Amino acid sequence: MPHFAKPAEGSWTEHYPELGTEDVSYHDSISPEHYELEQQAIFGRTWLNVGRIEQLPKVGSYFSKEIDAVDTSIVVVRSSKDEVRAFHNICRHRGNKLVWQDYPGEETSGTCRQFTCKYHAWRYSLEGECTFVQQEQEFFNLDKSDYGLAGIQCEMWEGFIFVNFDPTNTTPLRDYMGELGKGLEGYPFGELTQVHKYRAEVGANWKLFIDAFAEFYHAPILHAKQSVSEESRKLMEVGYEALAYEIDGPHGMVSSWGGMAPPKDLDMVKPIEQKLRSGLFGPWEGPDFGEMPPGLNPARHKAWGVDSFVFFPNFMVLIWKPNWVLTYHYWPTSYNTHIFEGTCYFVPPKNARERLAQEMAVVTFKEYALQDGNTLEATQTMLESNTPVKTFPLGDQEVLLRQLHVTARRYISEFQQQSAKTPANA
Amino acid sequence: MPTTLPSDFADLEPFAEWAIPTEKARYDKRVASTMDELQAFYDAAFPRMEDALVYLEQYSMDDLPNDAKGLLWLYCSLVTVSFPVEVWRQPRVPDSGASSFDAVLEPAV
Repeated sequence: MPHFAKPAEGSWTEHYPELGTEDVSYHDSISPEHYELEQQAIFGRTWLNVGRIEQLPKVGSYFSKEIDAVDTSIVVVRSSKDEVRAFHNICRHRGNKLVWQDYPGEETSGTCRQFTCKYHAWRYSLEGECTFVQQEQEFFNLDKSDYGLAGIQCEMWEGFIFVNFDPTNTTPLRDYMGELGKGLEGYPFGELTQVHKYRAEVGANWKLFIDAFAEFYHAPILHAKQSVSEESRKLMEVGYEALAYEIDGPHGMVSSWGGMAPPKDLDMVKPIEQKLRSGLFGPWEGPDFGEMPPGLNPARHKAWGVDSFVFFPNFMVLIWKPNWVLTYHYWPTSYNTHIFEGTCYFVPPKNARERLAQEMAVVTFKEYALQDGNTLEATQTMLESNTPVKTFPLGDQEVLLRQLHVTARRYISEFQQQSAKTPANA
Repeated sequence: MPTTLPSDFADLEPFAEWAIPTEKARYDKRVASTMDELQAFYDAAFPRMEDALVYLEQYSMDDLPNDAKGLLWLYCSLVTVSFPVEVWRQPRVPDSGASSFDAVLEPAV
């Protein structure tokens, strides 16, 4: 008997019949050719979250972002019209990278009145117009208005800045975020300005890490050694069941119980957690934001603790009951490597007690992520190895993994169908 | 140059080298320490934590004096050190191999 009700079909997976229930192939995570298709069909064509509005506090604030999956670097800026704009980070003169500090491959941020190329001092306004060409008279009928920075579609959802590299894209970001995005609108993300951001280079396909964070089936096992031993034994016995799963378009979410913030019994948690009143689920006493958006805790369960939203392709948002937020980004760098970013957002602490409770949550997240990241390399190497084992069963608590891989493959087949048609239409 | 802690916490002065302002450096020191060293720091600092929290609460985060900042950083280190001491009995989390997960942005204090 499940602890929490499942849909009438008997399982979450069968509630979404297009997902199937058969064993799945992980060929999509071990093939360089498949990754090349993903670069074009997915990362080149969908809305990608590259940051938050708080990173651009005033006119002229900018940051650069390296996006290997589309082989480019971009610069995102708050323009003089107070709009957020994104450009390819390339000078129109001879292709030098426009914005960088010391190390061309590293991301940077700052504030400026205009962009000036380090090479020959060509200048661009915050709107991307070319405003100055060094020794302009040496060029041949050069019209500066033809040499503005190459723009990229850029829109915002709830303070999250997204770009889309497909110039033919006609889907507004808000539509792309769908019902799951709509259900979160109004959450006070902008209040959570205390930020701790982590980054790791992971030796695994980008989808494998989403797999790891889109199911909690692994949590009582892989992370058993993180808990006090009596509690760890109980967690293993009970296993994991979600309160609810929802899938809408390419996106999905899992809603989970949150028995540890605070725990029923203090002996369930470590001594320092008892003292700081904080742990994996966050500080036990969070800010009260009043009524929550309808998309949170869809089962309306009293044991609710955290909702994890997987916004295709590579952006996850976790909203915890004590009102803090964790985001994950998975930026592929090859078919079997990616950069993982984990960012914790809290309300600014009023005092050191709150600061330390936040530190406890952040560092606990880090220790779990270290175990997760290392395990992925063990998965990747075996998936790539010479083995007769080619398909794998996914359980009902892994429904979002099925959804991710089915969606990613669907984007590729749609892309291939369109590409096949193009020459005939041309 | 080790930070000096508030005089109420002179007993923690032998562990002032744990008053480290960044999470990565706190983590690096933990991984480079023996379990005996981590245990000694924990045994000294954990019983004084409530005193430290009460002491630090007299300040807002914007105007922490330097010695209070040092005390806060020392207790951030205690958070980092608590994991091996309370549960794992080894400086690195089990099954994490050589993997790393580094802070690229964190609050100044």
